[in-house]
Amino acid sequence: MTRHVMTRRAVVTGIGIVAASGVGVDTYWKTALSGEGRIGRITSFNPSRYATTLAGEIDGFQAGEHLPSRFAVQTDRWTHLAFAAAGQALADAEIDPGALDPYDMSVALASGSGGNVFGQRELQHLWGSPSRTVGAYQSIAWFYAATVGQLSIRHGMKGPSVVLVSESAGGVDSLAHAARLVRRGTAVVLAGGTEAPLSPYALTCQQHSGAMTTRTDPERAYCPFDVDADGYVPGEGGAVLVVEDLDHALARGAPVIYGEIAGAAATFDGRHRGPRGDGDVGQYARAMTTALERAGVRPDDLDVVFPDALGVPAGDRDECAAMGRAFGSASPAVTTQKPLVGRLYQGGAALDVATALLAMRHDLLPPTAGTRDPAPGCELNFVSEVTPTPVQAAMVNARGLDGFNASLVLRRYHEEN
Amino acid sequence: MNGPRRVAVTGVGVVAPGGVTREAFWSSLTEGRTATRRITFFDPSPFRSRVAAECDFDPSAAGLSPRQIRRSDRYIQFALAAAAEAVTDSGIVFDEATADATGVAMGTAVGATTALETEYVVASDAGREWLVDPDHAAPFLYQALVPSSLAADVGVRFATHGPAQVVSTGCTSGIDAIGYGYQLVMDGEADVVLAGASDSPISPVTLASFDAIKATSPDDSDPAHASRPFDRDRQGFILGEGGAVLVLEEMGRALRRGAHVYCEVAGFATRGNAFHMTGLRPDGAEMAVAISDALDQGRLAPERVSYINAHGSGTKQNDRHETAAFKRALGEHAYQVPISSIKSMVGHSLGAIGAIEMAACALAIEHGVVPPTANWANRDPECDLDYTPNTAREHRVDVALSVGSGFGGFQSAMVFARLREAA
Repeated sequence: MTRHVMTRRAVVTGIGIVAASGVGVDTYWKTALSGEGRIGRITSFNPSRYATTLAGEIDGFQAGEHLPSRFAVQTDRWTHLAFAAAGQALADAEIDPGALDPYDMSVALASGSGGNVFGQRELQHLWGSPSRTVGAYQSIAWFYAATVGQLSIRHGMKGPSVVLVSESAGGVDSLAHAARLVRRGTAVVLAGGTEAPLSPYALTCQQHSGAMTTRTDPERAYCPFDVDADGYVPGEGGAVLVVEDLDHALARGAPVIYGEIAGAAATFDGRHRGPRGDGDVGQYARAMTTALERAGVRPDDLDVVFPDALGVPAGDRDECAAMGRAFGSASPAVTTQKPLVGRLYQGGAALDVATALLAMRHDLLPPTAGTRDPAPGCELNFVSEVTPTPVQAAMVNARGLDGFNASLVLRRYHEEN
Repeated sequence: MNGPRRVAVTGVGVVAPGGVTREAFWSSLTEGRTATRRITFFDPSPFRSRVAAECDFDPSAAGLSPRQIRRSDRYIQFALAAAAEAVTDSGIVFDEATADATGVAMGTAVGATTALETEYVVASDAGREWLVDPDHAAPFLYQALVPSSLAADVGVRFATHGPAQVVSTGCTSGIDAIGYGYQLVMDGEADVVLAGASDSPISPVTLASFDAIKATSPDDSDPAHASRPFDRDRQGFILGEGGAVLVLEEMGRALRRGAHVYCEVAGFATRGNAFHMTGLRPDGAEMAVAISDALDQGRLAPERVSYINAHGSGTKQNDRHETAAFKRALGEHAYQVPISSIKSMVGHSLGAIGAIEMAACALAIEHGVVPPTANWANRDPECDLDYTPNTAREHRVDVALSVGSGFGGFQSAMVFARLREAA
């Protein structure tokens, strides 16, 4: 069955980023290299009542600059952010979707919590106004598939599309699925994800995760792996990437091949997590080991690892133990930029993939943020300053609350291999 | 390894309106009983649509523990009950090696919307406060916000260690989640996948959302006969709820352990219409492409299809759209093959229904019976195929095709085939 031959290779040819650093890859990369935090007190509503008052908000984002108004009125901010990121990614890849076969293009994004602000506004209208109705767009704006559906319409993409949800691991799973789609014959896939988790009600729900910090000092609120770790700060945004069949990219003369999706794996360990779990980190390690095997990359070959970096002490220790188990005697460089822009849930892992590819592109490792004094058990080979080094292979790891583990290995593209 | 890995269905579990358990579901369908009624969960009188297919579901009777009941939203309870039934049916014992090779792929369109709305009403004091009460401490509210909880809870229940995922593509979530699980097994990422879908969307906000675009039927004059797919006088779909889980298993593994194989997953494909979030072009082109792709994967000619389980939502445009898609993909054979929409009986449970319909396909192959389209009375000139009106039909089913169509433009198709001897 020719459609399942595994020889088609999936490469990334375009990147789009929307985060608290701003709109665009350049502004994000500058932020990542400078280590300048973009966390601040929530401004989209008055957060005084809430235990968590800090977030990574995107200041001054104007939906009208990134999508036609007919799309903007039908959709939540989460979708607006994805439109902005997808538009950048396609432009970066120099792909004009109108010039390609519609069935050769797909959208495969992760989605975390749907259209939060839109949904809360409509719930308020339904329950708080005399008319007891919602607007005509509620049925297509709130649900988890809204962004993928709208993007497929916007760019005329008729190929096999999907919406994946695995809490914060979904960003990695989406890239893995994009590679799966490429192997099955789709030429161009928009992958990654965005999140807009900052409505009052959504924030209230997130407080029940028990993993958010209540600190108010933006500099020291989110410090994963540190003795001071207290939880994470939520943020909005994410990344959308163009994942493309290598042969297709070469044939059309794609301007940049950032890297190849060389291997991915996902495992689940819900039984081991939470207060009644036995804390076995073997399944998280197995995700990493399997991803390495599938990529044909040894732990020694990894030039950098982007961890999940939850910022909750027990979670951080588990993550370090899992890496130790997967890497053995190897001690690859570890860095995270999540503390600069916040934890973007499904968008966060996608952004880490983008960061890894930018590191590969520029042969620069951005410094780790938030970790000053590693906690016992978290003594990793952290990148302490901008480090010029050839980046041939990188790993991105992500965990989703309640047991999801995902690992992705990226390899620099060489013509000869 | 010889050739591509093949995927067997070795377990089926169902929670549906009119039939909570696989056997009760199948009896209800083949007797042509409808489970639609005036909504009883809350007073529907303020709404345009007031009829739904509700499950008479008792979680304790379904074997859920008090903790599972307390911890999980209704749609997750459906999934836990259906998964337990499917796993028991399959005879799989989850030792450590099996757990490592077992994945979970669950679909849902709207997740815990009902719970989120219920808690919102309290936290906001019935919509009075934009800055909702942060101290409103409903348990597991974060799990409600993020629908990946569905896969997590099924995974925890059976202590699985393979890939777990929720697929949320609106009304094709069920087919797409089973398709995702099918690909996991084909690609060797798992040997067993608990694959299915669940939704419990019967709540004020869901009713109001579909009311606003007139997608659901406003006719409550005869609730038991309100869902009228392919009938000339159909007025929209009837909301439903439920869940179904299939055990997908690598064929060699299933045969080696002597498992009962309901059927083989012969193909799965999905396409987007890239046209409109809710509108459908009448030609059914993209759904036809998905059907042809799914059949091609199983190397099945269109003439081999012996039953079509239609999306058949009962909206004007859907039934016309998919009738056109069947003709486009199957040609003259579209007129020969029995077609039915079980939504006429169990309603449209959004993401869940795709999995419930795949369960119906597995059972149709198993029992050699095609369930009917209930409430069919008058021919629509644009819907001129054989919709198996009102009465189930004894009919050997070797190849069952099921399709789904949903908001966002998603068009999905899946093919189940009877296991060929010495294949």
